[in-house]
Amino acid sequence: MSVSVRIPTILRTYTDGAAEVTGEGATLRDVLQKLDADYPGIGARILDETGSIRRFVNVYVGEEDVRFVDGLDTPTPDGAQVSVIPAVAGG
Amino acid sequence: MALATAEITTSNDFGPAVGLSCRECGTRYPLGPSFACIECFGPLEVAYTWSGPDFDGAAPVTREQIAAGPANIWRYRALLPVPADVAAKPNLAPGWTKLVKADNLARELGLRSLHVKDDSGNPTHSFKDRVVAIALEAARTFGFHTLSCSSTGNLAGAVTAAAARAGLDACVFIPADLEEPKIVMASVYGGRLVGIEGTYDEVNRFCSELIGDPLGDRWGFVNVNLRPYYAEGSKTLAYEIAEQLGWRIPDQIVIPVASGSQLTKIDKGFKELIKLGLVEDKPYKIFAAQAEGCSPVSAAFKAGREVVQPVKPRTIAKSLAIGNPADGPYVLDIARRTAGAVEDVTDAEIVDAVRLLARTEGIFAETAGGVTVGVLKKLTEKGLLDPEAETVVLNTGDGLKTLDAVASGARPTAVIRPSLDAFRTAVVENS
Ligand SMILES: Cc1ncc(COP(=O)(O)O)c(C=O)c1O
Ligand SMILES: [Zn+2]
Repeated sequence: MSVSVRIPTILRTYTDGAAEVTGEGATLRDVLQKLDADYPGIGARILDETGSIRRFVNVYVGEEDVRFVDGLDTPTPDGAQVSVIPAVAGG
Repeated sequence: MALATAEITTSNDFGPAVGLSCRECGTRYPLGPSFACIECFGPLEVAYTWSGPDFDGAAPVTREQIAAGPANIWRYRALLPVPADVAAKPNLAPGWTKLVKADNLARELGLRSLHVKDDSGNPTHSFKDRVVAIALEAARTFGFHTLSCSSTGNLAGAVTAAAARAGLDACVFIPADLEEPKIVMASVYGGRLVGIEGTYDEVNRFCSELIGDPLGDRWGFVNVNLRPYYAEGSKTLAYEIAEQLGWRIPDQIVIPVASGSQLTKIDKGFKELIKLGLVEDKPYKIFAAQAEGCSPVSAAFKAGREVVQPVKPRTIAKSLAIGNPADGPYVLDIARRTAGAVEDVTDAEIVDAVRLLARTEGIFAETAGGVTVGVLKKLTEKGLLDPEAETVVLNTGDGLKTLDAVASGARPTAVIRPSLDAFRTAVVENS
């Protein structure tokens, strides 16, 4: 499945400044694996040592925070938009 | 890169601040409009000359110097990331709100000593004026022309008002279904007010994406790319409470939680006062208050979990309706470290508590204050709060902003003709 992944500013050093890149995979886990293969090192920024999504990162597939779906097992259908967003203060 | 337009300025523009540091892993960064750690995504915090390992123990300011300062947050400017002349620049000069001795409420709840820190007295009637004042100063220094935010309502009004005073453009984002008075306030000061069809968490996500886009270039989002500065504003609540108690930290304090930023920084403020020797070192307990309909932190606390699982909010306390609280893990840590707790109350309990505070102390709180006073009551009844200890409860917003919550039970005791007979029959003999 081809998806698009939005890259937060702080990770754009890995993507040569690109704000959006193409990804590939049936689940978020696959997409992140492929992303790390294309842009080495980016995976370890999003996932911690245990392989879970870091505490202060929000990952969305489409409109949904993946923590409301299946976390890393969340399906990423063709054309889906994956967004990686740092947590921010409330307002 | 689309962002990173503002150049890093000299530390002089930020007073005693010397850089940013990751709260999680300690990585240091120069002062700039950055808010998340490149290593671990942890939140960046302002670091000061006195927060580092080289600190020589000499406080940058004395109690006397603070007391001689203005009756607003700038009396603490030596402890904030602002230039020495900050008070001279146009701003709303928030803070130094009343610490009300609440003997009637204390009696009703069976507490020995209770104070209400009443932040409804700020210029736009919520504690948000404090955080915005610091973020505004950073926005000016970084050369942002538009002041912005994602907001559950109160922040939006604080931002548009501050921008109006400072002569900046404003564009603020809120969930479209907020309380009418908050919408009125956020728009009356001018600027643009964008209602988003969705929850606050969705507004937040939208704003975060806007930050990384050329569209949002040169925009200062007070709670996003200016977060480290914004968050420091809440420390002034800790400073004021301590100073108003005669330079003493209270034994226990009850604080409302949406994202948890305010609570986290009040704890930071108390710790700084102790470190600087401005107050005596003593234990204090921090209690966190949430609405049951949006209580992800309370749920995690009660279940003994480390992870805050987000929720979809459903509560009348809309200003606290953040289902995915960024500082939730810190609220858990602080409640546990200080032997406090996190508790929640139902919508009905919130309304009762708004009425209780108004009836006992003459303070009309918005629903967020109802949450906090409701939790104070519940914690006391559960025996989690020590009734003998010196207690402070925060009221962070004004009841006029959430009138609907208590409007249903509000009507004249009687409606009569202007005659003594009618008064005698309808009011005197009927009571
Ligand atoms: C009146 C009021 N009190 C408390 C809070 C909680 O703030 P925080 O997100 O810092 O936990 C908010 C947040 O919007 C608020 O509007
Ligand atoms: Zn870090």
